[in-house]
Amino acid sequence: MNYLWAFVVGGGLCVIGQLLIDLTALTPARILVGYVVAGVVLSAAGVYQPLVEFAGAGASVPLLGFGHTLAQGAVRAVELHGLIGVLTGPLAAAAGGITASLLAGFLMALVAHSRDQN
Amino acid sequence: MNCIRKGDAIVFSRPPSLPAFAAVAGKREGEGPLGSCFDEVLHDNALGQKCWEKAESLLQQRAASLALKKAGLDQTELDAVLCGDLQNQCTASGYALRELDMPSIGLYGACSTMVQALALAGCLVAGGAARRALAVTSSHFCAAERQFRTPLDYGGKRAPTAQWTVTGAGAVVVQPDGPGPFLRAAAFGRVRDAGVKDLANMGAAMAPAAAETLLRFFADTGAAPDDFDGIYTGDLGLVGSRLLHTLLEKEGVRMTNHHDCGLLIFDRARQPVQAGGSGCGCCASVLAGRLLPALRTGEMRRILVAATGALMSSTTVQQGESIPAVSHLVELAAGPKEEL
Amino acid sequence: MQLNKAEYAALVKKASPRSAVGRNCVWAFAVGGCICAVGEGLRQWFLAAGYTLSDASLLASVGLIFLSAVTTALGWYQKLASRAGAGTLVPITGFANAVVSPAIEFRCEGLVTGSGAKMFVIAGPVIVYGTLAGSAWGLVWYLIRPYVGGMV
Repeated sequence: MNYLWAFVVGGGLCVIGQLLIDLTALTPARILVGYVVAGVVLSAAGVYQPLVEFAGAGASVPLLGFGHTLAQGAVRAVELHGLIGVLTGPLAAAAGGITASLLAGFLMALVAHSRDQN
Repeated sequence: MNCIRKGDAIVFSRPPSLPAFAAVAGKREGEGPLGSCFDEVLHDNALGQKCWEKAESLLQQRAASLALKKAGLDQTELDAVLCGDLQNQCTASGYALRELDMPSIGLYGACSTMVQALALAGCLVAGGAARRALAVTSSHFCAAERQFRTPLDYGGKRAPTAQWTVTGAGAVVVQPDGPGPFLRAAAFGRVRDAGVKDLANMGAAMAPAAAETLLRFFADTGAAPDDFDGIYTGDLGLVGSRLLHTLLEKEGVRMTNHHDCGLLIFDRARQPVQAGGSGCGCCASVLAGRLLPALRTGEMRRILVAATGALMSSTTVQQGESIPAVSHLVELAAGPKEEL
Repeated sequence: MQLNKAEYAALVKKASPRSAVGRNCVWAFAVGGCICAVGEGLRQWFLAAGYTLSDASLLASVGLIFLSAVTTALGWYQKLASRAGAGTLVPITGFANAVVSPAIEFRCEGLVTGSGAKMFVIAGPVIVYGTLAGSAWGLVWYLIRPYVGGMV
């Protein structure tokens, strides 16, 4: 069941993105920014955590989940450190994902090269 | 004087000869309907280079050298090379010409550059400013993509209105007298902007410029579309071609002999190129590989080539500007006095 | 030739082929769903290996990031994305692709001025606005916390 809900919820969140691409003039870059900010807002509204508990990776893997991580990080850091947590919380929570991407980018830049699409 | 000005049209009373031409095309272009027309088809679009920019310079150099070879000319026998490409600061041409010791003039007209170069070469030759000139332009899908859009390995879905930058180059030698085909007339277009802002729909942005140039040329010279075996536009693609017909029909002009280089070079049913090809290598390679040879063999007698270029940059579009476009035109014929 | 911009915009709309919305959505759903299901598989695996829930989620994301990096380098991610659209854009693998692809592409311009400088050229705005929104929520939480009390 875990897998089914991850598939359905994750796929559904992607379909919303596809509809935004096809039916509006929004560029992918704007849609991604929209997703991450929406993730913060949904998390703040208390909606996203239940969705993550329900759909697992189906909710945490789409970029909304990245926003949720940032928002949760902010709340936790404020709880622990007060006002300073506003500055340290979001990025600290996202550090794992960002650093992993950065490391992957660096490693691939060393070994791979740009490919023709033909 | 060897030319007469009629409105925006420059009519050559002693039409310059185009004795030799060469086209080099990339892998996908070679697999397209015109594959057998090109002098050389690349198996590796990188041409063994580490960077796409270097590959494009080499591509342009090959087209230029091939055209000279076919003309039996040495590089010292050229008074001017008019060259262009899509890269920032026209670097493909700059580096290509570094290897060829000829007086060079870099041009930028986006996808219209080949016709711009050919028209200017004709004027230089007809006016006596050059005894022999070469027009050469190129574009490279990968070099254009990484500069204008996104990295090649970035995952993105293309809009159905988007055009695919052609990997290719074309070169044409221009001289006062000699064998056909001949450059009968030329017209430099006026910049037009119909308010299109969509970078994935350049054909739509360029169609008004093509319509403007064609309508003016017909009015200035008294010619009609049916006076030609073919009217070829450079890279309007599917959307732009449809719009060109609509715009001309609104002015009471019907074309039954119109073709677009961007639609000729690829088979859209078989090749995933969305609305067709584009880039100043598209018009150049179709012109040098397909159109000029057909005029030489007599398969066609008289044609118009109107190449269009979108004159924005990604910066101006991000600043909210719409896309201005220009279309330059040349009339080419099998003989110096050809009428249909 | 006189051309009214609004009139022309209507002509452009008529002449432009439409996106195949239905087919695109099926692709996005199937591919996006599969990526999430793979993520769920990784998460379950890390949970079974004894990691805490939050660590397992992070490790699952890291696994997807590296999977995306390798497929990007092989040119497969771009091929899949040309059909999957938002299905490959929205998951964290799309974020990784947006970081890895410029790193590879701009290697020619050097590791510092090319790959290093361009790595976040696409993904940067996501981090900027995500972090700003997160901080803004953190501040709001700091202010309302005394009234609502405790962890959310």
